[in-house]
Amino acid sequence: MEPLDVRKLHTLESLDPGFASGVRPGDVVVAGKNFGCGSSRETAPEGLLALGVGCVVAGSFARLFLRNAVAIGLPVIQCTGASEAFDQGDQIEVELHTGRVRSLGTGVVLAGEPLPEEMLEILAAGGILALLRAQAERAGPSG
Amino acid sequence: MPRSTGRRPGGMTLAERILAGAAGRDRVAAGEFVMASVDLAMVHDIFADQVFEHLLASGVDRVWDPDRIAVVIDHLVPAPSAAAAEVHGRIREHVRRFGIDRFFDAGRGICHQLLPETGSVRPGMLIVGTDSHTTTHGALGAAGTGIGTSDMAYVFATGRLWFRVPETIRFDLVGALSPMVTWKDVILHIAGTFGADVAQYRSVEFAGPAASKADVSGRLTMCNMAVEIGAKFGMFAGDAVTAGYLQARGGMPAEVPVADPDATYSAVHEVSLSELDPQVALPHSVDRVRPVSEVEGLHLDQAFIGSCTNGRIEDLEAAAQVLRGREKATGVRLLVAPASADVHRQALESGAIEVLLKAGAIVLPPGCGPCFGGHGGLLGSGERCIGTHNRNFLGRMGSPQAEIYLASPQTVAASAVMGQITDPRRLEATDGSAVA
Repeated sequence: MEPLDVRKLHTLESLDPGFASGVRPGDVVVAGKNFGCGSSRETAPEGLLALGVGCVVAGSFARLFLRNAVAIGLPVIQCTGASEAFDQGDQIEVELHTGRVRSLGTGVVLAGEPLPEEMLEILAAGGILALLRAQAERAGPSG
Repeated sequence: MPRSTGRRPGGMTLAERILAGAAGRDRVAAGEFVMASVDLAMVHDIFADQVFEHLLASGVDRVWDPDRIAVVIDHLVPAPSAAAAEVHGRIREHVRRFGIDRFFDAGRGICHQLLPETGSVRPGMLIVGTDSHTTTHGALGAAGTGIGTSDMAYVFATGRLWFRVPETIRFDLVGALSPMVTWKDVILHIAGTFGADVAQYRSVEFAGPAASKADVSGRLTMCNMAVEIGAKFGMFAGDAVTAGYLQARGGMPAEVPVADPDATYSAVHEVSLSELDPQVALPHSVDRVRPVSEVEGLHLDQAFIGSCTNGRIEDLEAAAQVLRGREKATGVRLLVAPASADVHRQALESGAIEVLLKAGAIVLPPGCGPCFGGHGGLLGSGERCIGTHNRNFLGRMGSPQAEIYLASPQTVAASAVMGQITDPRRLEATDGSAVA
């Protein structure tokens, strides 16, 4: 498999060939139904994370994409109506622990699903392996 | 959504019961997040090396419980490339280093066949695997689901993982299967009727009077393909049939979870088996399903009998029944992959392998074979294959200019004889008696 630095450049290219070059760190991807459908590997959210995407907000997620995104430290928020409420280029603010998604331009606020403690802990650590490493270090040699 | 306290009227579904037990709670309700203890964690040769490397890179040098881990080399068997051989070598080293006894090396069989066969699956267990078809183990009343490699490394280290408790859809199965109609046809019919995302993020329970009559092989087929309708878990509650299967494999657990009669389901669908014909999933999605009569006559280049879906002795016997005294058509490659070494041995003893060989079959090693496009019978451009496996996505078995059709062992065998997609009921038994 190609290194991540190469793979990330192909992220979402069948949808938008300019996506990888247009993304800026902290950008939010807003999507409709079943985002990540057909994907079972971490490679999918990895590309987004490597490009600096700060969060994905979608009407719904494919189950394994959501698990894998959280596992690698990419925040995801389920929020009905997000793709209708926001346009490309809008500035939005996403609160992970409340699920609130707010447009800084129009003031529109949507109530997405807040992330539970378990997910917030993983995301705060930078992914489940980072959390594991931190736990292993706290526990000392040989756990 | 606020965290539910679980105080919702009524009882629990099977998924809620199993997750409650795994989380050490009396009750959980759909929508809640729980931290659950995993009973069995399985990896195969596509992801095992990555999982162990993640573990070591995280500074973890021991697994939580080597007896609750299974490692299987099944996808690339025997190693078709030097690269695969290197990966397999590393997996063997990891297995030694971490003291994992439940290691099935190349040739033992497919992971989802080996776990039930060896009595590693029992009702009520929570099972995770780095494979979508981990739902298979719901056939024995366990909650099985696929997870990614990082999540799996966390499980290997701690034995725990977060889960969101899913809602449940129940399919009440009624009536009886007609001759030459199988549980593969039932699950294809369900996929075609309800769609590939009907059970998205949900647990599926197969219940009703016909479900209790399904044999374990049929249940394995149904639950294997539950993931193809979006299911997180696909389960038959443990019952007398399960007990019969487990009798020689360590027996039933003390407690066998079942759904409460007053559990809450997001949907209940009745599915009648009696009028069902053999079904075929057309390229390139599993829910594009038609009765076989609508696709008869399509020319074939390859027919495949095998996979975790339909590679068991019952499936090989069913194919042999159609192929007895017959040969495959010229120009069709007939591939047969027993799902395990045990199945291969049983099929040898029963005479099924002889029938298949006389019909012109190529018998592959016990393993995944060409199903996922790794090796062992891939397709070129313009080719058409019918198989007993579970996915027909574009390019899955090689060329993106090839077509994959999915069906039962009987339909595949009959189609191999005729060289085109064929309703198995068209062929009479070679002794002239009525088919099946």
